[in-house]
Parts: sequence; C-alpha cells; structure tokens
Amino acid sequence: MEKERHVLVVFPHPDDEAFGVSGTIATHVQNGTPVTYACLTLGEMGRNMGNPPFTNRENLPKIRRQELQEAARVLGIQDLRMLGFRDKTIEFEDEEELANTMLALIEDVNPSLIITFYPGYSVHPDHDATGAAVVRAVEKLPAAVRPTLHCVAFSNNCVEELGEADIINNITPVADKKLGAIRAHRSQTEQMFTDMEEKLKNQDPQVMVWINNERFWTYTF
Amino acid sequence: MEYIDIKFVQDAINGFANKDVYIHLETTNGAYASHHDQSFFSAGAYIRNALVRYELGKITGTGPYRVGLKINLGWIYAEGITHYEIDEENHLLLAGHDSKGKLAVALEISSTPFA
Repeated sequence: MEKERHVLVVFPHPDDEAFGVSGTIATHVQNGTPVTYACLTLGEMGRNMGNPPFTNRENLPKIRRQELQEAARVLGIQDLRMLGFRDKTIEFEDEEELANTMLALIEDVNPSLIITFYPGYSVHPDHDATGAAVVRAVEKLPAAVRPTLHCVAFSNNCVEELGEADIINNITPVADKKLGAIRAHRSQTEQMFTDMEEKLKNQDPQVMVWINNERFWTYTF
Repeated sequence: MEYIDIKFVQDAINGFANKDVYIHLETTNGAYASHHDQSFFSAGAYIRNALVRYELGKITGTGPYRVGLKINLGWIYAEGITHYEIDEENHLLLAGHDSKGKLAVALEISSTPFA
C-alpha cells in the first residue's frame, strides 16, 4: 500500500467503513498516516435492531453514534466527523450544495487520497449519491491538485462494467482490527457474526478471502 | 420494545386522539433487497413529522396487528405491527419486526416533533 500524506474516507452510514475498507484504514493508521472519516448520517433508518429488538427507531441513532465512535477508536481514526445528514435522504439533497459541502471538507482536510463509493455501482442510493458528490467536488479542483480517488463498488454489474478492481489491498496483518471494527457496529452486525462464527473459526477460505482483501477502483476524470 | 399488549396500545392511541400529533410512518424492505434477489420488487414509503389530528384510532387483528387512524381529511394505517414502546419522550412507538428481528414497518405518534 502506498504511503499517503492524509487519507479522507467519506461514507454515508456508520458501518460502511467497516466491511470494505477498515483494513485499509488500519494499515494507513499503522503507517503513521492521519485518517479523517466523514460519515454523513447516523444510519437512522437501519432495520437491524437485534433479535429480539434491543432498541427502536428513535433510539437507534444514539446507539449507532456510539458504535461509530467505538469503530473509529478500534481503527485508530483520530478525526471522525459526523456530518448530520439523514439516512436514505442523501440522493434528495441539492446536488450542487452537497458537492460544495464535500469540497469544503476536502479543502479543509487536504488529503492525498480519498476513499468513497463508486457512483452508480454501490447499490444503496445513499452510497451512490455520496460517491457522486465527492466526484463532483474533486472535479471542481484543478487537475494538478486533485487527490487520488479510490472507489468501493459492489453492485452485481460492477466488474462487468468497470472491469476488475485495479487496487487490491491485502489487509491480513490487521484483520483483527477489521473484525473489531465490524463488531463495534453491534446493532448491525451481531447477527452476521452469529451466522459466520463457525466459518471464522474454521478459517473458511471464501470468508477469509472476503475479509483479507479490500478492492478499489481508481476513479479517472 | 415489547410484544403488543392490545389493551395498553389501544389506551395509548386513545390518549393522542383529538389533539395535534406528529406522525412517523415507514415501510421498508431494506435497500439491499433487490441486490440480493434481483427478482424482488423493492418498495417502501416514509413520512416523518406529519402534523395531523385523528378522531378515532384503532389497533386490530390477532397479531401481527394493524393500526388505523381516522384523520381529519383521510386515513393513516400500518400493518404488520408486532412491538410497542412508550419511550422516555412519551412517543408511542409501534413497529413490525420480521422473524430475523429486522424492522419492516413503523408507526409512531407524538405530541411534539420527532428529532
């Protein structure tokens, strides 16, 4: 993994960082690179609340805020920013205004690398809208000073249309931190861990490949 | 949240009748339903802080339950309700959780706006 000056991660939901990029984040932190994580919402509309439910629609954001802070602590993220948008509404915000919010963030953080979702290939409307806003923001910068943009994609058609990911980070050395970050989002991941426990214990090859490799597509303007 | 106690919930619904109340109503399959099963038609609806007044509100069925509110010029209803709670801000929270615990529907009533 290339050494960066500063990494900015922009995702809409607490836990978006955990599955696909937390190993990459932990590796940058270990390399001494500052990481800023801007999370647009608190996942207010999440459907997982435990089984039987241990929280409710109104209390969920308070729990998810704590989970997000815990995940950031596990990963060593020192600059966590919660941007105060509402889950499932990002695509309905004014596009230009959202792009300007992202631009202000980028200008403030001045990252050498930005990690976000690949617009159009990230399944959840909030993912696509967040990625699109970041792309629009970076486009506003003169080409010479644009940070590198690594995008996460996982739609069913992403490889077919984008080709294979050009960046694959093997994060095995920090896999425990990654699992810790996923676990920190207890309300969302507890059930998944119950289902996966046996496979994790047996080091199921498919699961290990999924955990140990993080894929990115470099966005070209 | 607790499993529906029909008498308790009916009393709570009655307590909000004939007053200005704020409604949160949502149904959802989750944003990933069509991703995991491309034949699945994903649909949902959401309204937060609709200001209404109802003259009559009822919980019916044998579980999962249905809740209908007869408002000044129309209706609000939700089906699939399994759980309830009165939270610390005195919101009446009604929700339907599926067999995996995932929220599928929520209908909430409050005399002050939801945050």
